[in-house]
Amino acid sequence: MSAKIVTVTSGKGGVGKTTAIASLGIALAARGQKVVCIDGDIGLRNLDVIMGLENRIVYDIVDIVEGRCRLRQAMIRDKRLPGLFLIPAAQTRDKMAVSPSDMIRLGDELREEVDWVLIDSPAGIERGFKNAIAPADRILVLTNPEISAVRDADRVIGILEAEEKGTPSLILNRVNYEMVKKQEMLSPEDVLDLLAIDLIGIVPEDKSVLIAANQGAPIALDKESRAGQAFRNIAGRLLGEDVPYMDLEEQGGLWKRISKLAGRG
Amino acid sequence: MNSKNSLIQIKGLRDGLLISLGEGEWRELESLLFEQIDERSSFFSGARLALDVGRQVFRVVDLTKLRDQLSERSISLWAVVSDEPKTVQTAQLLGLATRISKQRSQEVARPKVARKIEKEGDVLWVERTLRSGMKVEHNGHVVVMGDVNPGAEIAAAGNILVWGRLRGSVYAGANVDGQPASENTDAFVCALTMTPTRLQIASEIENRAGKKTSKKAVKISLKNGKFQTEVWNAK
Repeated sequence: MSAKIVTVTSGKGGVGKTTAIASLGIALAARGQKVVCIDGDIGLRNLDVIMGLENRIVYDIVDIVEGRCRLRQAMIRDKRLPGLFLIPAAQTRDKMAVSPSDMIRLGDELREEVDWVLIDSPAGIERGFKNAIAPADRILVLTNPEISAVRDADRVIGILEAEEKGTPSLILNRVNYEMVKKQEMLSPEDVLDLLAIDLIGIVPEDKSVLIAANQGAPIALDKESRAGQAFRNIAGRLLGEDVPYMDLEEQGGLWKRISKLAGRG
Repeated sequence: MNSKNSLIQIKGLRDGLLISLGEGEWRELESLLFEQIDERSSFFSGARLALDVGRQVFRVVDLTKLRDQLSERSISLWAVVSDEPKTVQTAQLLGLATRISKQRSQEVARPKVARKIEKEGDVLWVERTLRSGMKVEHNGHVVVMGDVNPGAEIAAAGNILVWGRLRGSVYAGANVDGQPASENTDAFVCALTMTPTRLQIASEIENRAGKKTSKKAVKISLKNGKFQTEVWNAK
């Protein structure tokens, strides 16, 4: 096997990176892929909670890096999907416990074990962010349609470009079409216009995401949820499929323009 | 002092260390530098470091690598000073400072390369979109082929021309190099779409409240200390 390493980052905190990682991990694993999700937020770990695996942590990423356990020992297998694993962050250490070259080594080791390595970047542009992007083959920048989140995303894209990490793709999370229609929220068009990178998915705002997260049952498992469907679509696009954007009735003409911007039918 | 030490000079600054590199092959300097750092790792650990690289040309990959190597040793590189415009540009792209203080020439025991301010012809071409957090400073004119996004900044001693949408901060006719104030009130700013967060020419700051976005390209300049906006009409 030779895994693809995908990092989700945003600059700003609280935009939904961790939920996105958990959802994409589940969506890919549900498609029969072998996936490991890494929580890069050492000191403030969350991914274990969102994935409902917090009470099964024995070893974490710092234990691997510092040689206290083998890689396999720190990979927690998901209860629901046999192909899904989590490498949790350490809660009692900080970002300096791991270096970008540690992450590259870890990534290379994992490449042989699985099909996908998904890395959850912490907020910010400091060490934790540098660690998270170091091993990545592909980077997904996630943002919300808010001016502050978009500006941070712009900063992150600039850093990724400057570090020659290649152009990232965009996930626009928590879009409320009612508010966009009333011009109370930036439209996906406005965001894409400013950031000028390729779109890989738009996730509608959905109350059930929070409910699911609190129950440790990620949204991608919920067949009814539109946000869950959006993440399953992104997973399909990561697998190289040409998944059409969701046809949600409220969108109307806006949708055609976005499809055009995204270069998809 | 032996020749090895004279190639690498370490000085304390108010808020960190300044390492000045002499002339020579980068590979050699690099290994000397890390030799010195590793010899005294406890002294360097946690330091804020400014690096004067002289005329050394650094590309983004070189500088990123250097910064990561330093960071592995718990040294944070915050500034790269250079006489080489390409290196300065690289450092700016990575968000590093490129000046540390006005007395730089005294602190560095190396013949200073004269930086001429040429009224004409000294143009920095930026063929990319400037994103939030990027800063371009140039002792001449600046031309951007791309957008200038909110949170990006340009300061130029001369004119600023943006072949794209200007939404960040611009300062034309700026006193860029810390030299005695010679503000250039003849400077102007042009953009295809003019909606800067902040616009300054020489010492005048434009009040943008209530300004509408022009669909056409405009040029903003000073006339008797007042801003004037001309719409560019292709003839």
